[in-house]
Amino acid sequence: MERDFTSRSHHDMGGLEAGHIQYNEHDYEFWEKNVDAMLVLLTSMSPKLMSVDQLRKGIESLPPDAYEKMSYYERWIFSITQALQYNGVLTTEELSRKLEEVQSRYETEEV
Amino acid sequence: MTPLFQTGNAVRVRKGSPPGHIRTPFYVRGCKGVIERVAGEYRNPEELAFGRFDTPVVPLYRVRFQQQEVWPDYQGNPQDSLDVEIFEFWLEPANPEKT
Repeated sequence: MERDFTSRSHHDMGGLEAGHIQYNEHDYEFWEKNVDAMLVLLTSMSPKLMSVDQLRKGIESLPPDAYEKMSYYERWIFSITQALQYNGVLTTEELSRKLEEVQSRYETEEV
Repeated sequence: MTPLFQTGNAVRVRKGSPPGHIRTPFYVRGCKGVIERVAGEYRNPEELAFGRFDTPVVPLYRVRFQQQEVWPDYQGNPQDSLDVEIFEFWLEPANPEKT
């Protein structure tokens, strides 16, 4: 087992075997477009509420198995959420209450 | 901030692997290259990543590496090169004669 915790980060995979690459185009989900637009707004406001570098750092801090399992925009929204909590834009309580509200709305609409 | 290096200078990429957000790819760390151009000066992304948005700007360079220097088993044309943009604090002067 490799025990060198200071060498290459998992995401920094330039030069490794890439395996098979799928070249087909795919459509983005509506929520994925929302996430993309949200980052543009958050990083271009004055003063900005987070940086693209914070986005990257958050994504790179994911454990390797989570990094592999999450989709591209799942990694983004994970990192955006963390940065907004860290920067004091959102409190954990606000986030928690909103998530509950959305969850209950979703369950009601599902009928 | 006056750039420490000019086009044509031989440089070597530091071999560090600190925790945090690092813009210098792992595969060029420790490699020797040549400054292809001074690419301007920008705030340090390694600090921006921690939410420090007002740190001083630092010089950025486009550094040219020989593919055979980066990948010892490189099978392509021996003249092939690779350009990577690297911030000054990742670079050290290198002796152009020695490899």
